[in-house]
Amino acid sequence: MDWYTIISNTLRSGITQQAIIFALAAIGLNLHFGYTGLLNFGQVGFMAAGAYGTGISIEEFGMPLIPAIGVGLAAGVVLAIILGYPTLRLRADYLAIVTIAIGEIIRFTVRAAALSDVTGGSNGINGFSNEFQSWNPLSGGKTYGFNLFGRINLRFTGADLWEMFVGWMLVFLCVFIVWRLVNSPWGRVVKSIREDEDAATALGKNVFQFKMQSLILGGTFGAVAGIFYAVQQNSVQPDNYGTQQTFFALTAAILGGLARVWGPVVGSIIFWMLLSAVENILIELIDAGIMPDWLMERSQVGAVRFMLVGLTLMLLLVFRPQGIFGDKREIAIDARK
Amino acid sequence: MRASNEQPSPESGDDAVVEFGRTAGGGGAGSMQKEWPNPAKGSFDDVAWEPGVAKPDPILVANGVVRQFGGLRAVDVEHLEVQRGAITALIGPNGAGKTTFFNLLTNFDTPDQGTVVFDGEPASGVKSYLLAERGMVRTFQLTKVLAKMSVLDNMMLAAQEQRGESMWRGLIGGWNGQETDVRAKALEILDQFNMTHMQDEFAGALSGGQRKLLEMARSMMANPRLIMLDEPMAGVNPALTQSLLGHVKRLRSEGITVVFVEHDMDVVADISDWVVVMAEGEIIAEGPPASIGANVAVQEAYLGSGAAALSEELHEVVEHPDHFHDATATDLGGEHR
Repeated sequence: MDWYTIISNTLRSGITQQAIIFALAAIGLNLHFGYTGLLNFGQVGFMAAGAYGTGISIEEFGMPLIPAIGVGLAAGVVLAIILGYPTLRLRADYLAIVTIAIGEIIRFTVRAAALSDVTGGSNGINGFSNEFQSWNPLSGGKTYGFNLFGRINLRFTGADLWEMFVGWMLVFLCVFIVWRLVNSPWGRVVKSIREDEDAATALGKNVFQFKMQSLILGGTFGAVAGIFYAVQQNSVQPDNYGTQQTFFALTAAILGGLARVWGPVVGSIIFWMLLSAVENILIELIDAGIMPDWLMERSQVGAVRFMLVGLTLMLLLVFRPQGIFGDKREIAIDARK
Repeated sequence: MRASNEQPSPESGDDAVVEFGRTAGGGGAGSMQKEWPNPAKGSFDDVAWEPGVAKPDPILVANGVVRQFGGLRAVDVEHLEVQRGAITALIGPNGAGKTTFFNLLTNFDTPDQGTVVFDGEPASGVKSYLLAERGMVRTFQLTKVLAKMSVLDNMMLAAQEQRGESMWRGLIGGWNGQETDVRAKALEILDQFNMTHMQDEFAGALSGGQRKLLEMARSMMANPRLIMLDEPMAGVNPALTQSLLGHVKRLRSEGITVVFVEHDMDVVADISDWVVVMAEGEIIAEGPPASIGANVAVQEAYLGSGAAALSEELHEVVEHPDHFHDATATDLGGEHR
């Protein structure tokens, strides 16, 4: 068993692009669900709106990257308004139904052959964000970093480091915005809406407006996640925007602790580290011949890791239902209500 | 418009508030020792004891308000005026439409017909949160405390015109000074309600009676001109009831109009200046508390039509037991419908 590989792969997946993307998406979901009580099951729709908004602006309209990112963000805002306007006056479940549908609607629309001139159909749009790497102060092909304890590989290419740097800056920015807002009177109103809309209304709060603002801002964070995903991959693929992405992000938010500013970030890091650890341990067990052939083959690792991670998360939430950062007293109140 | 909220409390009102806060001590028995001045005294002297009668200075006027649920006319109020500065009780048997009428007055429900005027301005069709901003604040039959927020946050939420409730201002700041004022006011009101020691507890951890207190205290934060209390004493133990009654009287002494729904006739007799009786959606009687018990229409509403006759029959049964079977079979059977 090569423990050093397991450890280094696990550490790497906690800090690389994937963890960043899902941290960003989960920050938005945390604002929606954790603070405002909005059930958004279509965060991936916001990611896709941001990614395609940016990709199409560059590829079709020849925009430079920065304004194209602006278009991607605007696409997220527009999507939030379209989703929120008819549903936010109704009970919470209506938003859930509409959002879960919209994610799939967007995915099927952008991968439709009829639109392939614009969206690239099932091939997506590729090679549109070279501009991003041209701003990289490091040399993209060169490797930087070090081996921890001589064996744990923490070396990254300049391109990766640049992406990780920008990504984590975005995470900090989004966390800062959420932190400021939830500790302001705005945040107090939003939390009161989560607890009881009628009470907030009876105290003179325009519940619809606050819910709309929260939906827009959280959706924008989702769009940021999608844009970062697309720009960093230099590609948008429709099948990267499947429903499961929303639930990975939601898992990260719950794992970290809902309604905690750092919850979604830590949740995302732990989620991807856990997934990577399980995968690498399984591979090492098989390669070392410890895992018998009849029980599991290498091709099954991809599926089995999700089963084991799911089991782990279940156990974690049984013993710590409030997540990593949550307050157990809040869960107790939920049980009483 | 808002300036009129801050009517000076009659005579030593402010001193009395502080004194109350200090002396009442946890129990609430002390609250009855304090006699709050009653500014509404005498305002009903020239008012006839009949349904729909005009008041000298109405703050709330309902005209022809009808609410139909399918074939059921839940509310059908021809005319009702609520006297400014007085405590008006709304009573009636179960299913009389009191809470529905409350919802219609506060625009939590929309009447099929009719208009409501609040403080000289039409209230019909106005969004309920805007009515709250205009000074009509309500509480709910089932208390709606914001369970996963602290008692202090519950209070601070209710303050009106908070700059930091704008999303943008919440983010960039400029609301700290106002926040300090809001907190000071919240602590002052909590002190009046003897709840200062609970300020950091989750509202969801409070007992039923404490929640009622919190809801009333929270309404005070909104600078109300009219407070609508839906069954404020329901499920509250007798000691706390006395304390709540004291608080309602204090509201009146500060110039706030109170309308409340209540079942307990002792409570109604104790604090109300005027009683409105509803039955089957209509207002069947109005008058000072002492007049209500003797009102035949009210007796019939509570005990069923022919109640007077029934009580005669029962009287007869006691004297002539032979007739027992006949008398109860017909009359009581009719009542159980």
